[in-house]
Amino acid sequence: MSEESATRTGAQIVWDVLAREGVEVVFGYPGGAIMPVYDAMVAPDQKVRHVLVRHEQGAAHMADGYARASGKVGVALATSGPGATNLVTGIATAMLDSSPIVCITGQVSSPLLGSDAFQETDITGVTIPITKHNYLVTRACDIGPTLREAFEVARSGRPGPVLVDITKDAQQASAPFTWDAWTPRTRNVPARSSHLADPEDAMTRAVAMIDAAERPLILAGQGVVHSRATEALIAFAEKTGIPVASTLLGLGGFPASHPLALGMMGMHGEAWVNAAIQRADLLIAIGMRFDDRVTGNLRTYAVHAKKIHVEIDPAEINKNVKVDVPLLMDARTATTELATRAAPRLRPVWLDSIHDAKREASPRDIQRQPAGGKLRAAHVMSDLCALAASDAIVVTDVGQHQMWEAQYWKHESPRTLVTSGGLGTMGFALPAAIGARFAHPEREIWVIAGDGGFQMTACELSTIAQEKLKLNVAIINNGFLGMVRQWQELFYGRRYAATPIKSPDFVKLAEAHDLHGIRVSRREDIPRAVAEARRTSGTVVFDFRVEAEECVYPMVPAGADLQDMIRRPAPQEPRAEALQFEMEE
Amino acid sequence: MSTATVRTFLAYLEDKPGVLNRVTSLFRRRAFNIESLTVGRTERPDVSRMTLVVRADDDAARRLEAHLWKLVNVIEVDEVSHAPAIVRELALVKVRAPENTRAAVMQLCEVFRARVVDVTPDALSIEITGAPDKVDGLLEMLRAYGVVEMVRTGSVAMRRGLEGVEVISVRPGAAPVAA
Repeated sequence: MSEESATRTGAQIVWDVLAREGVEVVFGYPGGAIMPVYDAMVAPDQKVRHVLVRHEQGAAHMADGYARASGKVGVALATSGPGATNLVTGIATAMLDSSPIVCITGQVSSPLLGSDAFQETDITGVTIPITKHNYLVTRACDIGPTLREAFEVARSGRPGPVLVDITKDAQQASAPFTWDAWTPRTRNVPARSSHLADPEDAMTRAVAMIDAAERPLILAGQGVVHSRATEALIAFAEKTGIPVASTLLGLGGFPASHPLALGMMGMHGEAWVNAAIQRADLLIAIGMRFDDRVTGNLRTYAVHAKKIHVEIDPAEINKNVKVDVPLLMDARTATTELATRAAPRLRPVWLDSIHDAKREASPRDIQRQPAGGKLRAAHVMSDLCALAASDAIVVTDVGQHQMWEAQYWKHESPRTLVTSGGLGTMGFALPAAIGARFAHPEREIWVIAGDGGFQMTACELSTIAQEKLKLNVAIINNGFLGMVRQWQELFYGRRYAATPIKSPDFVKLAEAHDLHGIRVSRREDIPRAVAEARRTSGTVVFDFRVEAEECVYPMVPAGADLQDMIRRPAPQEPRAEALQFEMEE
Repeated sequence: MSTATVRTFLAYLEDKPGVLNRVTSLFRRRAFNIESLTVGRTERPDVSRMTLVVRADDDAARRLEAHLWKLVNVIEVDEVSHAPAIVRELALVKVRAPENTRAAVMQLCEVFRARVVDVTPDALSIEITGAPDKVDGLLEMLRAYGVVEMVRTGSVAMRRGLEGVEVISVRPGAAPVAA
């Protein structure tokens, strides 16, 4: 190809590499040290779309939302100094949830490095602990190979964020464009750690444990989504008759309507799921990392269960929970192999006991309780799920609404839920949904955010307006920072310190952005509001005025034993109570 | 769970700016307890080699190894705690040695095969190379004479013979990414 030998500026090389990597869209914000790259953006042969964000945090979340919705690498672009530091929250969010993004930042010219020059920040130093890897590039000839390697690092193995900091003089200087010479070093080397038993032996032991188990349970995490293991997981679960519980980020990895699907585990997991974990004699953890929000008190966690841990990252083995058999491979490879080798079985006694617990819990389900003229957030979630398109993508913020969504929105396929799990980043939803929109231009997208988190990144409404994007933005407005208020109610003597929050008129706010706003205060108005949104061409902001003081149940208090759940009072019982499950042994 | 013991790891690193920072950042972030850490050049100009001594139980040691592998600039990791290996450390010790004790100090040096590298009327500077416990032994003996200052390098280690040795010099420049 003629372009292969052409000399290009470093700035042009940035765009050339992005295009060749298949990047469709870049989320960014210009500034002094990245201006050469922005100047090269307007070239006629430059096809990558750029979205101007309103704050660089939004750019990182958009890249992250794009990556989570598409499975491809998302890209954010920012200038040096404050532009780069504003990315930090978004990078940390992507790091804790293993989301592949590449952040490109401008840096002061190389002779100025270390001189505290205007808008100079040591962003590679800042982001070492929150990136999978990062690079400082000071020469034009290094931009191409470094960017190609950055994409490879971001998407290989356990995915994660990568930052490439490019000095202004490197952007301005020229170098030959030699795509093939920049092919990254092979990075598909298997996970290495000397404690790995012989993989064949580990697989044999795992299969024997599965065949021998009476009360096994699959714990499905985001690794199922990352490795596209859904079909293999369904085959494995169906053949062995083993029920499947999901982590927050694993939701959608196993269809919610499947008879073996149990729902979410952990702090706000379903009562029957946590009870099943505590009673299980075998846990098969697939692509999940035993987060503290999943395990509760580690000393009492699943003490009757042997554990098989399917994990691509050897650093996760025995980190929180000591496991009996680690299978260090991707979720799809492991699940496919397990499905082939495990013996077919039905486990009616075990499944019946779980379904009994589920039946026992159902009177407490808020969906069974009448609205009584009130608008309850959990009802909004259930109704929106029923009214939304079956392949709708839901992007949630962090807090009570996020947990209600996880409980009541039934996700049937992978990548239909985008949410900040590990870092729990308020303000994530709106920008992440913008990213998801570019990943799936045609799909219905719902943003679910609280009134608090929404205001953290509400500036991105102007981005939506400028880009003429269609989103459904549901603000679950209770006038409180709801989850913190819930903790204050339950654990801090109802002292509501700094949790009441006044919000702008969200309908007017939408209108100020040339968007449509709808206020909903009664449950019966929800279908009409959704229909109205469907008729509207642009983004619609829903202000759902929900009950102010509701709690998400069940709840395992932080650090408590998983079976010690605070549960929603059953209709005939006046107070919340902790339910102790009796062990069968 | 096993008890924490002293472990020795070798890590081959790409010789690039900031690599040591990445390694130490990892130890700080994951709260590993470093006894000593040395980095130096190797037979290959683009590869540096780190000897890392930590106190860790089995699980922590395996996790540390796995975390090192995850660093993009790490080429190879080798634990030599339980392998036949040469472990050496260098110390410089300045000890008070006026005329009446000088001969005794010099005699100690001979026993420990340490070298006197500087003499002044009231002090001797001593260089000792050896396994950490040998260095400890000399220091213990010298304490009675008055150690003025002392500096130790931390251990460097190398497997004995050719068995189990990762021959970095014939490998391509690839730094494999573990997960």
